[in-house]
Amino acid sequence: MFEGNLLSILIWLPIIGGLILLFTGDKFAPRPIAFVFSVLTFLLSIPLWTDFNPVGHQMQFVELAPWIESFKINYHLGVDGISMPLILLNTFITVLIVIAGWEVIKHKPAQYMSAFLIMEGIINGVFAAQDSILFYVFFEAMLIPMFIVIGIWGGDNRIYATIKFFLYTFFGSVFMLISLVYMYSQADSFAIADFHTVKLGMTPQILIFLSFLVAFGVKVPMWPVHTWLPDAHVQAPTGGSVILAAVMLKIGGYGFLRFSLPMVPDASSELAWLVIFMSLTAIVYIGFIALVQNDMKKLVAYSSIAHMGFVTLGFFVLFPIVAKTGSAEGTLLGLQGGMVQMMSHGFISGAMFLCIGVLYDRMHTREITAYGGVSNRMPWFAGFFVLFAMANTGLPGTSGFVGEFMVILTSFKANFWIAFLAATTLIIGAAYTLWLVKRVIFGAVANDNVAALTDINKRETIILASLAFFVLLLGLWPEPLVHVMNDSLAHVIEQATTSKLGN
Amino acid sequence: MLVSTIVATLIPMQFAIPDFTPAIPEIFLLVGTCLVLLVDLFLKDSNRYVTYLLSQIVLLTTAVLVISGMNDVNMAEALQTTGKASLTTFSDMFVLDPMSQVLKVSILLITVGVFVYSRPYLKTRQMYKGEYFTLGLFAVLGMMIMVSAKTMLIIYLGLELLSLAMYAMVAFRRNDGRASEAGMKYFVLGAIASGMLLYGMSIIYGVTGSLHLDHIDNFMMGHDVMKNMGLLLGLSFILVGLGFKLGVVPFHMWVPDVYDGSPTAVTLFLGTAPKIAAFAMMFRLLVEGLDEMLLGWQQILSLLAALSLFIGNIIAIAQTNIKRMLAYSTISHMGFVLLGILAGTEVGYASSMFYIITYSIVAMGAFGIIILLSRDGYEADRLIDLQGLSTRHPWYAFMMMLFLFSMAGVPPTVGFYAKLSVLKAVVGAEVVWLAVFAVVMSVIGAYYYLRAIKLMYFDQPDEFVGDEELLVPAKSGFDFKLLLSVNGLSVLALGILPGALMSLCVLAVEASL
Repeated sequence: MFEGNLLSILIWLPIIGGLILLFTGDKFAPRPIAFVFSVLTFLLSIPLWTDFNPVGHQMQFVELAPWIESFKINYHLGVDGISMPLILLNTFITVLIVIAGWEVIKHKPAQYMSAFLIMEGIINGVFAAQDSILFYVFFEAMLIPMFIVIGIWGGDNRIYATIKFFLYTFFGSVFMLISLVYMYSQADSFAIADFHTVKLGMTPQILIFLSFLVAFGVKVPMWPVHTWLPDAHVQAPTGGSVILAAVMLKIGGYGFLRFSLPMVPDASSELAWLVIFMSLTAIVYIGFIALVQNDMKKLVAYSSIAHMGFVTLGFFVLFPIVAKTGSAEGTLLGLQGGMVQMMSHGFISGAMFLCIGVLYDRMHTREITAYGGVSNRMPWFAGFFVLFAMANTGLPGTSGFVGEFMVILTSFKANFWIAFLAATTLIIGAAYTLWLVKRVIFGAVANDNVAALTDINKRETIILASLAFFVLLLGLWPEPLVHVMNDSLAHVIEQATTSKLGN
Repeated sequence: MLVSTIVATLIPMQFAIPDFTPAIPEIFLLVGTCLVLLVDLFLKDSNRYVTYLLSQIVLLTTAVLVISGMNDVNMAEALQTTGKASLTTFSDMFVLDPMSQVLKVSILLITVGVFVYSRPYLKTRQMYKGEYFTLGLFAVLGMMIMVSAKTMLIIYLGLELLSLAMYAMVAFRRNDGRASEAGMKYFVLGAIASGMLLYGMSIIYGVTGSLHLDHIDNFMMGHDVMKNMGLLLGLSFILVGLGFKLGVVPFHMWVPDVYDGSPTAVTLFLGTAPKIAAFAMMFRLLVEGLDEMLLGWQQILSLLAALSLFIGNIIAIAQTNIKRMLAYSTISHMGFVLLGILAGTEVGYASSMFYIITYSIVAMGAFGIIILLSRDGYEADRLIDLQGLSTRHPWYAFMMMLFLFSMAGVPPTVGFYAKLSVLKAVVGAEVVWLAVFAVVMSVIGAYYYLRAIKLMYFDQPDEFVGDEELLVPAKSGFDFKLLLSVNGLSVLALGILPGALMSLCVLAVEASL
């Protein structure tokens, strides 16, 4: 129906919805308006999947119009197998956030909903942009609504958290801007596709790679630039945590696939050891840190960092394999694993934060010690929580297993010890998640507050059940997702293994 | 009979009547200003709005005259005869080119905005006098002359006309000690700067034998300028003078004191339109006149730019007064403007031009907000006065947020494209380290803009332990509010569609060089 400009609609419809909400304000049914816009956007995004042609790596749903002609910057949109699922993840999660904030948000609900709708549009723009400046504009603009969401609806220490969040990400991305401008001076174009083909010497490549590493590494976040995440998560309202963990972190991983690997393949190969080291540190060391947390949100935040370590590991383990075997055969599995892990982590971490939100709305505390024996009072909730916790530990049959398994399998090809360290997550991850479940869900009813808990209502059940559906679907039948991104990922590998050293 | 023969024989011999057409806007502005001055003498205080309206009419008409001053026909003619899209007159001392048109229209429109914003401020403080407007108009005339000057003498004359009017405006509130102090500081330092500039000009004149920028440029082409001590000395003095006028480190000391001490209505004027004129002066002197000494001024400007970015952004963090904070932020923004110039390419000059125009629009809005919040006897110029603004005035808080994000350079506001274009020019000129330094400094700068946004959005007014009056909604006229909204939305609109203004700047620079 809107084939020609579907992506534009997906970007601008929620933004327009958000602006309408800003004008109508709190008096005029902000929640239904937000709901209508988010559901409409989600429904419109479904044709992206159904009409997508999984054969070949070319961009689809392309839109191209001149934007700033004197700079050769174009309004250029398009999706391939890598970005398309991420857009769907975003539109889906936003619907859940609107529903989740329905009763909970009492303070300025119109502005709250509006911030999330605008953020949804901007994030769709990040994934759809095919012009590097357009990408950067969306990448940065995303900070503004998130800054406000944490700052207004956050916890007690929200100001510190939100300014830290903003400055960290801003600091990371300005270096990327310099790299983009530098590549423009070489390629005489801002198109991402032209950056993929421009020849670059080794020193510029290394510097560009490092700037991307800072920008996307902060976003993922990778150890040691992860410290903003626990603060932001703990202070953010539930919706903010969900969008942050489920979608915004994926932008970092997406950036590695779209920018680092194809644009500076030689530097990526040269410095792959660094990324792998950082990823393994995230998986092992951050896993141990998660173990000792007293705050549920902090625990899940650290577990996010550890899980995102698998994503970057899966992307970069490609290079040691090529160095060892001399061919890229079998490396596709690692990239697929990374992508599946991103999608799966989107569902699982979103679900975990929503579960914590459910508890927090009732008890107004996130301290683990304040809970105990919740299953006695909230059996349905306990069922969901245990399912998501299992998925978080990577239980076969859930989505958490698929991605991690693929990445570990690929790592074996590169080096036994990389695989060994990555596989420790199966123990550490199980330890911190199951211990959390034991302390919060099981046991005797801990205190009067827990005794007064009521089970989840219809609204919460719908949210958690839909997430549970996707967690299981992706765990039992990942084939459709792997299929759509197959050719695009194969193309990334081809680009990443072709040297760009020229002149 | 006798007289007429004498006249008839003398005129063709002595001089041809110059072509006045390129200078019609300036002539009209001068006449109009004198008229305003005269009319104002006979007005009662209650009818002061006549002065205000007349001034606005004069400014707007001048803007129309500037736009219609050069149409496609005579531009094409000029292109054919001289190879440049510019018209010169008064023995080539005065030039009308696309760049001067764009800059003049910006100056005029920004001054119109400044007058709208100033009016309620002046009214409530018994400062609603004709002098503010006539001095402002004379300052605008000075700026327009600077923009169109083609010889160093005319540049200097325009600059002095601007400066003298500005000195008087800063000290306009006679009974306020701080304003007088600011006026004094501004006058003394400004006079020193003018002296430096004039001294540099005289040295250049001594070496090259001409005041005309093109002749100077021609002279230099045949000489090894970088080994000529006289020229280097002259260049250094000119750069010191320019540095003072632009307010870049290490010649920035006057900026915070003058911004802080002047009445806000004057700070508003001082911080916007004259910056554009200062850019034009720098462009004329360095790019048109001393182009051959590019290597010389490039090095010095790199240093000035780096220092301004560093000092401006770092010291702004420590400020508790918005006007002082904006003063230091101006210093850092001028660093960015220098970056574009020192790239030494047409794209660089165009990006600086874009930067200075958009910065003036943003700064005007930010000062407008300060005026909106202040009332009689209360200046509302402390940062803490912004506290809880989003609860008190959600719409104006949103406008202020746009201004602040634009200054921080966050998309989708126009400040991002200004920074992007300058960075692009700097990277294109292969001074990548300076670009990296500039972005690191803008991250530091983002902190104090964010802090102001935090005060507006995340803090509540009831936490405020001070003046009760702050909680009363501000009263200002419809024109004021409308302009403020247009101003804020234009920052967003230019941020989403910066292409047109950008192309205009590029075309203007290309056609003028």
